[in-house]
Amino acid sequence: MNGAQDLGGQHGMGPVAPEKDEPIFHADWEKRALGLTLSCGAFGAWTIDESRHARESLAPATYLSASYYEIWTRALETLLQRHGFVSSDEISQGRMLEKGRKPKRILTADRVAAVLATGGPCDRPAPAEPAFAVGERVRTKNFHPQTHTRLPRYARAKIGVIEAVQGSFVFPDDNAHGKGENPQWVYTVVFDAPEIWGEGADPSLTVSIDAWESYLERP
Amino acid sequence: MTSHHHPHDDHDHHDNHFSDMQARVKALESVLTEKGLIDPAAIDAIVETYETKVGPRNGAHVVAKSWSEPEFAEWLRLDATGAIESLGYAGRQGEHMRAVFNTPETHNLVVCTLCSCYPWSVLGLPPVWYKAPPYRSRAVIDPRGVLEEFGLALGAEKKIRVWDSTAELRYIVIPERPAGTDGLGQEALAALVTRDSMIGTGVAMPPGEHAGDRP
Repeated sequence: MNGAQDLGGQHGMGPVAPEKDEPIFHADWEKRALGLTLSCGAFGAWTIDESRHARESLAPATYLSASYYEIWTRALETLLQRHGFVSSDEISQGRMLEKGRKPKRILTADRVAAVLATGGPCDRPAPAEPAFAVGERVRTKNFHPQTHTRLPRYARAKIGVIEAVQGSFVFPDDNAHGKGENPQWVYTVVFDAPEIWGEGADPSLTVSIDAWESYLERP
Repeated sequence: MTSHHHPHDDHDHHDNHFSDMQARVKALESVLTEKGLIDPAAIDAIVETYETKVGPRNGAHVVAKSWSEPEFAEWLRLDATGAIESLGYAGRQGEHMRAVFNTPETHNLVVCTLCSCYPWSVLGLPPVWYKAPPYRSRAVIDPRGVLEEFGLALGAEKKIRVWDSTAELRYIVIPERPAGTDGLGQEALAALVTRDSMIGTGVAMPPGEHAGDRP
């Protein structure tokens, strides 16, 4: 979706302002927000792609004025309601009002180390041979789905070169919406800056994205 | 945004936002605990992991080993996930690793324009600026300007390659080994490797300084 999350190339966001001696967390609630997001993710009720879509579906003004842990928290509230674990009244009152759904798994403290050490690999057996080869010129598609996609706007309808065939991975555009994992080949595609940014672009700059096969076509 | 630690910004508004979040997260944790859906001790364990076990010293170890052992560097190039796992660093947000090597000709810079993808297993949790709109918007269109804000001025002849982490691959930059470090062992080398040098917003430090003094 063409939401506020798709930031590449936007102007007016200000200086980066790296902090000196930045702490890992800036407040206790950030620690709890991290832990809640991971604990609820471990239910197995939604995928990382659905989580990302919930975050980018926040209203643009909210998204752009929120810290990332706030974005996570707001999206988590959406996901918990959508999947029937808590109601909006329960969230606003901070207490149980009804029974609600039980998850397949609950992350207990003794399992944390193992769960974090395993992670969630999303490579999958390939359905076919890769359609494109290293060194081949490709064009990214021009599309603007209202649903989830990982092809940024700045890299749509652009000509680049396949630099690497990275393996076969879960296709987020489908998986975010419960349509299955439908794995596809992922390629690293490199663009010269003038192809993306046109006049005045830095000629010493190249930018790459990692693109699923269905994002690409022959030019 | 992050303005609660930039007092020159509109901090009243953001301070309010900030305490709202404290209440909001507390309410959510309370109801989830009451319903038996989460274990608060699991949250403590997650936080402790990223405060004490998983952070940029992991990545610095990877870099120092690749500087010292050409076979390890080659393994990193071909199979970064496996090479990094051999040092005990694996798991969440490090499942599919790629190592990209700076050279005298090319400087690498990593960003996630669409969200906050970051190689947790080797660098820990991302800094606030990495997840915020200024970096995510500008890294792909004005990397030289961004690097100058980090105090890094690259020569005009140096090429820049920006890696936008749009899929599940997670990138670590292997900075160039600083001059004058021939006699140093891996531990001393690792001390020169800053977090930012592994994102590409910095370079490794010259001998005599210490990465602990810089992000």
